[in-house]
Amino acid sequence: MQQLDGGWARAWIRECARVIAEQRVALMELDRAIGDGDHGENLDRGFSAAAARLAEFPADSPGEVLRLTAATLMSTVGGAAGPLYGTAFLRAARTAGDDDLDPGRLAAMLQAAVEGITTRGRARAGDKTMVDAWAPAAQAARRAAGEGTVQEVLQAAATAAAEGARATEPWVARKGRASYLGERARGHRDPGAQSSALLLQAAVSAVHQVTVSEQES
Amino acid sequence: MAPTALVLVAHSTLLAQGCAQVAAQMAPDVVILPAGGLAGAHDDDGLGTSYDLVERQVRQAFRDGAVHVVLITDLGSATLTAQSVAEMLDDDRILVADAPFVEGAVAAAVTAQGGANGGQVLAAAEEAAGSFRPPRSAAPEVPPGPPQDQGDGQVVRRTVELRNRHGLHARPAAMVARRVGEFDARVWVNGVDATSVLALMGLGLTRGARVELQATGPHAAQVIEMISADVEAGFGEE
Repeated sequence: MQQLDGGWARAWIRECARVIAEQRVALMELDRAIGDGDHGENLDRGFSAAAARLAEFPADSPGEVLRLTAATLMSTVGGAAGPLYGTAFLRAARTAGDDDLDPGRLAAMLQAAVEGITTRGRARAGDKTMVDAWAPAAQAARRAAGEGTVQEVLQAAATAAAEGARATEPWVARKGRASYLGERARGHRDPGAQSSALLLQAAVSAVHQVTVSEQES
Repeated sequence: MAPTALVLVAHSTLLAQGCAQVAAQMAPDVVILPAGGLAGAHDDDGLGTSYDLVERQVRQAFRDGAVHVVLITDLGSATLTAQSVAEMLDDDRILVADAPFVEGAVAAAVTAQGGANGGQVLAAAEEAAGSFRPPRSAAPEVPPGPPQDQGDGQVVRRTVELRNRHGLHARPAAMVARRVGEFDARVWVNGVDATSVLALMGLGLTRGARVELQATGPHAAQVIEMISADVEAGFGEE
């Protein structure tokens, strides 16, 4: 069975920092349409800081890497996204524990992240929030974990997250600042769902960057 | 020093500091730490909540000797931040109240001043939401009021007149509530529970108003004596 180790987790966060920096302006434009316009900047600051801290920190297991990321996001992103992403990574870190990640553990980790976000933000699927990317991602990961490899689990999650983010475009928001806009939120993709989809795609890219440890199952 | 401390989490530095000031006036022995705004952080206007500041103040409260720390928050992301700090520190001595900011802070401070534990302070903050409903609306629900006199001499009563200029405002109301906590007795002022600062303030009593005191319990007579003396001394005010 293939497993992902701390090297993958580090590569994931580095890739998150790279992609979010690249998409910073696009995210800000999405957020300017239905929010306060700072989502790209806030996330860029947070993931840059997380990648920088990881470069200095001897975190070995995926759990340690994700926990340090959670703490950094909490203290650097600000607004609602800081606590929400921070909680997602914290719950994922706890589920990951000290071991390498097999497909089942990866799926459980994504599920824990979704539960963290919904607990903290009290949003549900269909509210036009980041939950609309994470919830289908966790579900797809769970389905893929039955027979799939770690790459397949992450790819399934990333694909579902991207579809979920696109699906928010015609909706009216029921949570967060965009909910004050009513009908005017229609036609705009939710920035939180979009950044979530980018982060999950980064998880797939990270697998290609590291050697996947092969172990006897 | 009271065993339960408060950390007040708000979007604005001034809001958190002001609220801490009001609450501290009523609870001199409670550690009350403001954690407002993003001072020194990235945002231009300084409005927002800082995870690091909230965490720092929670740790400070424990260093100051707190057994429990109750966090009270203003809006949206302040609540998310406070909950995140509690979850990250993973310490069940940290409690986040679902309460109105100012009323919750005042009720929590007065309860903490009486030596209450974290759970009791949390409950006081959360019950504060109901304290400013119109007092004498047509609501059929009657709050638990003073006991009816059964003729067995158990209820001690006295009526005194408010002498200080500003009447039963925050500080005197807190004095009355604290006084009750010193005795083994239940006390009502004009029909409201005298341990509730918010209920006392809600009476809106001003100079010259009649204050009807009722008490039951082993120390009923003593507590009435003390509170009457406080009222007649104008609570030490003009």
